[in-house]
Amino acid sequence: MLTKDDPKLDQLKQTIDQVMQKPYSDSYLIAVLHKTQALYGYLPEDIINIISVDMNIPTAHIWGVATFYHYFNLTPQGQHRIAICLGTACYVKGAAQIVETLKQQLKIDMGQTTADGLFTLRPARCLGACGLAPVVMIDDTIHGELTPKKMSDIVNKHRRQAKKK
Amino acid sequence: MQQGMRHLSTLLDEQLERHGLKDRVKINVSGCLGMCHKGPIMVVNPGYTLYGGLEEPDVAQIVREHLIQGRPIARLVIEEDHLFNRFFRIFGDVNFFGKQMRIALRNCGIIDPENIDDYLALRGYEALAKALTDMTPQQVIDELKTSGLRGRGGAGFPTGLKWQITADQVSGEKYVICNADEGDPGAFMDRSAIEGDPHTVLEGMMIGGYAVGAAQGIVYIRAEYPLAIERLERAMAQARDHGLLGDHILGTDFCFELEIRLGAGAFVCGEETALIQSIEGARGMPRPRPPYPSVSGLFGKPTLINNVETWANIPVVIVDGGQWFSSIGTEKSQGTKVFALAGKVVNTGLIEVPMGTTLREIIYDIGGGIPHGKAFKAVQTGGPSGGCLPADYLDTPVDYESLAQAGSIMGSGGMIVIDEDSCMVDIAKFFLEFTQSESCGKCTPCREGTKRMFEILTRISDGRGQAGDIEKLERLGDMIKKSSLCGLGQSAPNPVLSTIKNFREEYEEHIRDHTCRAKVCPSLIAYAINDACVGCGACKRGCPVNVISGRTKQKHTIDQTQCVRCGLCLATCKYDAIDKV
Repeated sequence: MLTKDDPKLDQLKQTIDQVMQKPYSDSYLIAVLHKTQALYGYLPEDIINIISVDMNIPTAHIWGVATFYHYFNLTPQGQHRIAICLGTACYVKGAAQIVETLKQQLKIDMGQTTADGLFTLRPARCLGACGLAPVVMIDDTIHGELTPKKMSDIVNKHRRQAKKK
Repeated sequence: MQQGMRHLSTLLDEQLERHGLKDRVKINVSGCLGMCHKGPIMVVNPGYTLYGGLEEPDVAQIVREHLIQGRPIARLVIEEDHLFNRFFRIFGDVNFFGKQMRIALRNCGIIDPENIDDYLALRGYEALAKALTDMTPQQVIDELKTSGLRGRGGAGFPTGLKWQITADQVSGEKYVICNADEGDPGAFMDRSAIEGDPHTVLEGMMIGGYAVGAAQGIVYIRAEYPLAIERLERAMAQARDHGLLGDHILGTDFCFELEIRLGAGAFVCGEETALIQSIEGARGMPRPRPPYPSVSGLFGKPTLINNVETWANIPVVIVDGGQWFSSIGTEKSQGTKVFALAGKVVNTGLIEVPMGTTLREIIYDIGGGIPHGKAFKAVQTGGPSGGCLPADYLDTPVDYESLAQAGSIMGSGGMIVIDEDSCMVDIAKFFLEFTQSESCGKCTPCREGTKRMFEILTRISDGRGQAGDIEKLERLGDMIKKSSLCGLGQSAPNPVLSTIKNFREEYEEHIRDHTCRAKVCPSLIAYAINDACVGCGACKRGCPVNVISGRTKQKHTIDQTQCVRCGLCLATCKYDAIDKV
């Protein structure tokens, strides 16, 4: 799937070149993985292999790091990423019901992507918007003070917008 | 901001343009005021009119009626707010308002965090100038020792002592780190502090660098906080332009560089040795201490780590003096503490109170009490490492020792209020679910023990609890606390142990009587339709498993054998016709 003149790969290579010139260059592995995810939406295996060669770090170590941190996705993501906050404040204010609503409506479990590739559902550790609990973040937008009704309206709105396109 | 303020500010800009007011009105984008429940918020000066809950059409109305005709719009004005009423009358002179006292958050909500001139106008970087020109590094450390400031990340280690140990190490290479990896669910102090006043944190770190002899600082911040990261980067660029960062700061010999490193979502990385591992590009797993990071930290060099709130206190200690700082708070816990007040409380948001303020004052006077006339049940402090304190402890003063004595901890400042609608077994289960999935896996007691505890709790909340389960939880919890390496494991059982201690009868009811008095645990409750049902069919259509039956305009029934107890019917019913039993 990777072609030689992938512009994303060029960008990534540039980042790697930059960090390799700094002292303790190994320590920038997480930063490089962040860059990879920003470009591809997840961490593709081929790219990890390239990082391994370019940064001279064993793939085993890279996978160890990639699987340790929740932020990194190892599979391709849906068009919209729905992150449900399961922090304490949201939990106390009924996040469990929001989870249930989404699971029913999208017919997927946490961590999965819908068959049409439109939504990926994942849990989030406190988004820091506790004043608005319960909260869901869709892509980069926070939706607060949710009820099951409000939640399913938001999902439907995204679906309609996708259809229009 | 998260409620769409950026959009509103664009709208406001357009309106001003249209009415030709652009030269006469200045839009100031400020940081968090801590009033999350009333957002989006706007303050119109002069007059300090505070508007809240704004929607798009309101912006045009404010411009038309308030700015042009000089009539504030009563419907949108926020009045009688326990938290901030006095605060806005004395805008710019914020020593006291109500029971709050703002030191770390002194500029939040007042200055434009994206403009260094605002910060400079409020004595910003004066502390750095004073330290660099009038004080030796040792004098800076002595001032901190006098202040009595203790680490605000949770453990409360004396900050002056930490600085002294780092300064005493002989090494050509030292590091200063700001721990902004705020991972506690229910805490957002660090995010708001950085978003509202990024320069304070930078200034604190530079003073730290000067005092211990480090030339390199690193801010380790969660990748989940994009706005905070953006504002930090902007603040760093502005400081550099003003000669406040880089080589020969303020014309002295002191050189200091700063770098931002992103976390990637691991709670354990809030632990300092794990955080260092993460900056080094590895899995964030703690290592045994000693050696402490002050002696051998990042890349094996002496490293000074403090959290965001601690750093934000430093400039105040230097400008106003350690003596003054130590006069605030209690004998052993000086200064103030920031709390993220959330959960079942009227005023949710960010507050800062002097140490020694009681939980009652925070929850009832500042927080405005419990909404909807419900009864207070417990307050949870310290996040997944802390405990739940019942009503008997409401008069406990907030300081490191008193909270520990009561069976909880200060923690980094999360404070969640719990009312009668929450089940304590369920709350304990929630925290254990968190810690067992966040355990890094290094120590067996933490990795396996928290899992077993979680299994037992699940069993209890499913109504399959066995006699002796409570004792088993206590034994396991005690063992995990004693035999884990880092703070995560040592404190992971706390939510369970403190709920057992204070709410033992709720556990016993779950096990013995198979009842959940708060009607939370799905296996122990059922939903039933009462006579208020008008037969509208809304619940029937909404039921995900199609177990509600009944004719239109007649009372419906739920098939209890098939019901999955998701509660959607209760949420959809407009006639209060569904009961939890």
